[in-house]
Amino acid sequence: MGDPEFPPQEPLGSQEDQDTLDVQAMRSNLMGWPQAAENQEMYQPEEAQLGTPQYLSPNVSFPAGYQPQPFQEEGDAQLPLSTNLMMQQLQQGQGTFFQHLDSTYQDPRQGFPSSSALYSGEEARFEGAQQGPYMQEDPAYPFLSGDMGYVPFNMDLPEPEPRELAVQNAKAYLLQTSINSHLSLYEHLVNVLTKILNQRPENPLSMLEWLNRTAQAEWFHPKLDTLRDDPEMQPTYEMAERQRALFVRGGQGEGEQEMEEEVAGVGLSSDESFRIFMALKQLVEQQPIHTCRFWGKILGLSRSYLVAEVEFREGEEEGEEEEVEEVVEGGEPLEPRDEEEGEEDEEKAADAIPKPTWKPPPVIPREESRSGTNKYLYFVCNEPGRAWTRLPHVTPLQIVQARKIKKFFTGYLDAPVVSFPPFPGNEANYLRAQIARISAATHISPLGFYQFGEEEGDEEEEGGAGRESFEENPDFEGIPVLELVDSMANWVHHVQHILPQGRCSWVNPMQKMEEEEELGEEEEKADEGIEEVEQEIGPPLLTPLSEDAEILHMSPWTARLSCSLCPQYSVAVVRSNLWPGAYTYATGKKFENIYIGWGHKYSPDNFNPPLPAPIQQEYPSGPDVMEMSDPTVEEEQALKAAQEQALAAAEEEEEDEEEEEEEDLED
Amino acid sequence: MDSESLLLSLELASGSGQGLSPDRRASLLTSLTLVKRDYRYDRVLFWGRILGIVADYYIAQGLSADQLAPRKTLYSLNCMEWSLLPPATEEMMTQTSVVKGRFMGDPSHEYEHTEMQKVNDGEKVFDEEVVVQIKEESRLVSIIDQIDKAVAVIPRGALYKTPFGPIHVNRTFEGLSLSEAKKLSSYFHFREPIELKNKTLLEKADMDPSLDFLDSLEYDIPKGSWSMQMERGNTLVVLRSLLWPGLTFFHAPHTKNCGYIYVGTGEKNIDLPFML
Repeated sequence: MGDPEFPPQEPLGSQEDQDTLDVQAMRSNLMGWPQAAENQEMYQPEEAQLGTPQYLSPNVSFPAGYQPQPFQEEGDAQLPLSTNLMMQQLQQGQGTFFQHLDSTYQDPRQGFPSSSALYSGEEARFEGAQQGPYMQEDPAYPFLSGDMGYVPFNMDLPEPEPRELAVQNAKAYLLQTSINSHLSLYEHLVNVLTKILNQRPENPLSMLEWLNRTAQAEWFHPKLDTLRDDPEMQPTYEMAERQRALFVRGGQGEGEQEMEEEVAGVGLSSDESFRIFMALKQLVEQQPIHTCRFWGKILGLSRSYLVAEVEFREGEEEGEEEEVEEVVEGGEPLEPRDEEEGEEDEEKAADAIPKPTWKPPPVIPREESRSGTNKYLYFVCNEPGRAWTRLPHVTPLQIVQARKIKKFFTGYLDAPVVSFPPFPGNEANYLRAQIARISAATHISPLGFYQFGEEEGDEEEEGGAGRESFEENPDFEGIPVLELVDSMANWVHHVQHILPQGRCSWVNPMQKMEEEEELGEEEEKADEGIEEVEQEIGPPLLTPLSEDAEILHMSPWTARLSCSLCPQYSVAVVRSNLWPGAYTYATGKKFENIYIGWGHKYSPDNFNPPLPAPIQQEYPSGPDVMEMSDPTVEEEQALKAAQEQALAAAEEEEEDEEEEEEEDLED
Repeated sequence: MDSESLLLSLELASGSGQGLSPDRRASLLTSLTLVKRDYRYDRVLFWGRILGIVADYYIAQGLSADQLAPRKTLYSLNCMEWSLLPPATEEMMTQTSVVKGRFMGDPSHEYEHTEMQKVNDGEKVFDEEVVVQIKEESRLVSIIDQIDKAVAVIPRGALYKTPFGPIHVNRTFEGLSLSEAKKLSSYFHFREPIELKNKTLLEKADMDPSLDFLDSLEYDIPKGSWSMQMERGNTLVVLRSLLWPGLTFFHAPHTKNCGYIYVGTGEKNIDLPFML
């Protein structure tokens, strides 16, 4: 029977019957109409012999000016009633129509050539007004255009048969449009089929779903403009452009770090690592940098930070930092002076307002660049390809406060850190403080990799604070991986521990206080302020990890072999339990520290924010200031009564005395 | 993440910093295929890794044809031999909720927990200290269950519901568009819906019953417990949970690639409200 789905496009003739049957089958399958309906057999031959291909036509748009030929024009004998009209009549259930068709059934065969000729005339007439020559084929055509008023409805027609009613209902259901779209299932199916027939793909049944989806997509999002870019993809293309700039400069890739990271199962994916490496190269070119290392990635809420640890070349000082510091310190000496003047004025006033006894705690100076917590400079960026921003140096106060709060990073360096106790600075400072803490706690190296410098004897001068500098040991032979994993004594910290004060080297805050007192004039209170401050000592540099304090009976470090199946090729990986996200991996002579995480310490207990400070005493309590409750009414009355009694008693005594005197006089 | 696209998924989820070494990846690929064959699962997901002190647990889950049916959980210590875990029960959850701290890494380890229990001795009622032994395996089961119920994520459109009930994977899911991918409401919890019936009629009218049958992430409490980022130059959406740090969900817009993985210590972040 040929192609079961679509009848061939050959001219009619002997194949007419077959074609009609095909069409019938197709129609019934597609439209769900009851098969072998009498009416179908009736009209299909009419359609078939009109010489048009027997498949549905797209109904993408309807000619506004469509004017179907009025029924009366045709007359009974006129054979090529446009099929639409026949359909109309059919829909309207005109019984006479069937008889009409019956009688004319033979005629079409005879009058075939004439009918086709006539039809082509119609075709020409209608072609301008519609999209294709196939519009009349569609039985729903007159209904879809909407303006049906011109079709006369004869009232003396019999009721529609139930089968036709069912057909009408099914058709109406298919033509239903949903609220979301103005596309009905019927139109969609028409679109799909037209597409298939136009494109003629191989094996369309397997592609049916894809065709379905694309037809829908095209209906709603027609590709109009080939020149304009998709606005949604704009940020993506921008990022890609920026990252392309990274790759433009050539250069050899030092892929070793990434390879080891991958083997250890730690770190970012290889292409991301490579991009970061290129971004670091870009940074090196922009700034006068001596050494540069990828420190790690700190995750944030909206964006993440990529951190680079950098050491500037000798002699390159950062000018920006000092300006900022001066402004801050300039503010401080001014304040006590203002207070003094105010106080002097007030002392002259009648009532001396009691002076506050609170003094701000002494500000501990931050460490110099290239020493202690500020040994390295840090640059951050959000994504490789974006500009690197320098982080300011960290002050001891910031470290102390950072230990008390726990906040997520948002990803924007200038975001405020809203917390209690208030953090002195914005997110850039908080980030820098956390980086300092993480570095101090988790940067470790195999024992023997670093050694102290040759010049010794500085120990005593610094009061036992320990040596600060170390250098690479050229004779380091490497520790076998198995030993590294076995015992924590094979690893040492190579970053100085941060004291509770917030610095690596201790500074006596009392000295600073004395300087401030000279500016102020408060002699009396000074005695109360001075306390004995003990020097804070931390573990010296290069202490092994086995000395680290435990967290609740749990070792603060976990060491693993990256691959237990083949130990000779594996890498030793050490994870920190105190700062989840800090990893160190080492193999033979090389090692690397990296941190990827949220930037918070692990605490087995819940985080308890500190309570607000108790309310301060405004002034010392004395008799003038002491509050006393007013005497109650009863007390006052009792007092009054007592006083009256006393008076009365006194009067009586006087009277007695007078009487005695009178008596004396009488005698 | 689906075991069939394991390598790609691991690559896409690596932004959180936790990956797998090549030998683990290779073992996973082989062993998960065997698990699928042996247990006759429809889909096997590599759920993630729970870091213990002595050893790590690698967790996989097997799904049957109905995607929302209860899943079977398997664990392994070396990515090769997988053992089935018992399903989680209410009793197990309450019993293990008292255990705090890290996982040991040894499934037969027992935590000791002292409880005060009232003991009736005739007419007297007095408290006695009872030491309860809780196995690490039960703790593992309940933690995995909690994490699944709280933060397992699937994008809208990846699953569809048939009128007869079962939930199927949507083979024609082509990924979310960029604008949809940036909204939290296009991601659903991959579990039985709880909040769905609380929606107003207006909201329900806009929902497509075959696609919107799960709770969305938009109304999670506390608000802001999801961090959404674009990575890899705006071509990958990564959702990280702040309530269970370590859970990463990734999705590449306009593609079918999506999945989630948990790599973490298995502890809930109770300090979340202070940290936001």
